[in-house]
Amino acid sequence: MKFLCVECDQQMAFAERQLPGDGTLAATFKCPKCGRVVAMLTNPMETQLVSSLGVEIGGRTVPGEPFEMIREHVATGGRADGQTGSPTWSSDAQERLSRVPTFVRGMVKRIYADYARERGIAEITPAIMDTARAELGLEGM
Amino acid sequence: MRTYHQLTDRDGSGLAEQIGAQRRRVAERLAGVSRFVAVMSGKGGVGKSYVTANLGRALARSGKAVGVLDADLNGPTIPALLGDADARRTTHENPAPAVGLDGVTYISMGQFLEGGAPLAFTGPATESFVWRGAMEASVVRELLGDVEWGKLDVLLLDLPPGMQRYVELCDLLGTPPAVLTVTIPTPESRDAVRRAMRSAADRGSALLGIVENMVGGELKGSAADELAAEFAVPVLARIPWHPSSSEWDRLGRQISDARHTTHDARP
Repeated sequence: MKFLCVECDQQMAFAERQLPGDGTLAATFKCPKCGRVVAMLTNPMETQLVSSLGVEIGGRTVPGEPFEMIREHVATGGRADGQTGSPTWSSDAQERLSRVPTFVRGMVKRIYADYARERGIAEITPAIMDTARAELGLEGM
Repeated sequence: MRTYHQLTDRDGSGLAEQIGAQRRRVAERLAGVSRFVAVMSGKGGVGKSYVTANLGRALARSGKAVGVLDADLNGPTIPALLGDADARRTTHENPAPAVGLDGVTYISMGQFLEGGAPLAFTGPATESFVWRGAMEASVVRELLGDVEWGKLDVLLLDLPPGMQRYVELCDLLGTPPAVLTVTIPTPESRDAVRRAMRSAADRGSALLGIVENMVGGELKGSAADELAAEFAVPVLARIPWHPSSSEWDRLGRQISDARHTTHDARP
């Protein structure tokens, strides 16, 4: 999809993506001529539909990994990360994890998953990640 | 006001480029595969997976390098049929297929589901029908395009009932796979399989022939002969309730020898 600033007759450029954590998505687009910004807000179903295509609004910041969809979206799975009984990841936690460099992301994900599993936490959220980071001394992850 | 195609800059998210990158990844992973054969039927419960597994083993015994994609995400049975001792080999850090009986390699959703759990996705429960189909197609794409298949003489595609997965695979592969059709003798099966064969022929798949399964028991009819005459294809095998390995070996030889030309018989 593309956004047009009608007044300037200019195509607007993608500016920012936000995942508030409630299943919705916010993406902002800016007119390069007048600077006007508009936000596209999608509901959980619309967000999931885009996500189910394996694409990211705003573009991919990191390359895809093997079985990414299976690991992140199959609720009854968890085997793809080599573990059993893995907790699920909230969408905003996934977003934060996607910013971790690829070469250490698997290790970082396993650390958080182990932390959650050992404490019986079913879903990893940014708050859980913050707690784990503080408890385990993982500043920067 | 200008319209979509009049705006010449990319869409900012590069969605088309992202989809293109997914397709290229699939093509790269499958570059070493010589032939694709979809084992399909318009009917459930006719033994597609059973035929797939035993055909794969027969081809492997004849010296072929064989892989199987279990494309039945909701009812995966290939690990059970080809042996699941090695099923847990596959992880995201080791995207290698499992090695089953007679050296047939395979990938199946069954390797990723815990203890017989049904396939379920995270996401909003309401209106999940809107996105579930796309999610399943993406999972199939990953099973095809993320697995290190290596060099294969043939990759067998074990399809679920219906035509949706076949259509998805046509899109993912870029060209329609050759099709081996499985039926049971009954008229009900014949009618369902006819629709599937017609759809596959319309898409441009080569129809290799028909395997009639569960022959010689209580099931009455002549579905295979009628479909063979209608589509001008051979009945490659009639599988009794208790087949011997020689029957599978004979089917394997016929599939090895089959020519992959686009089917042009339009009944």
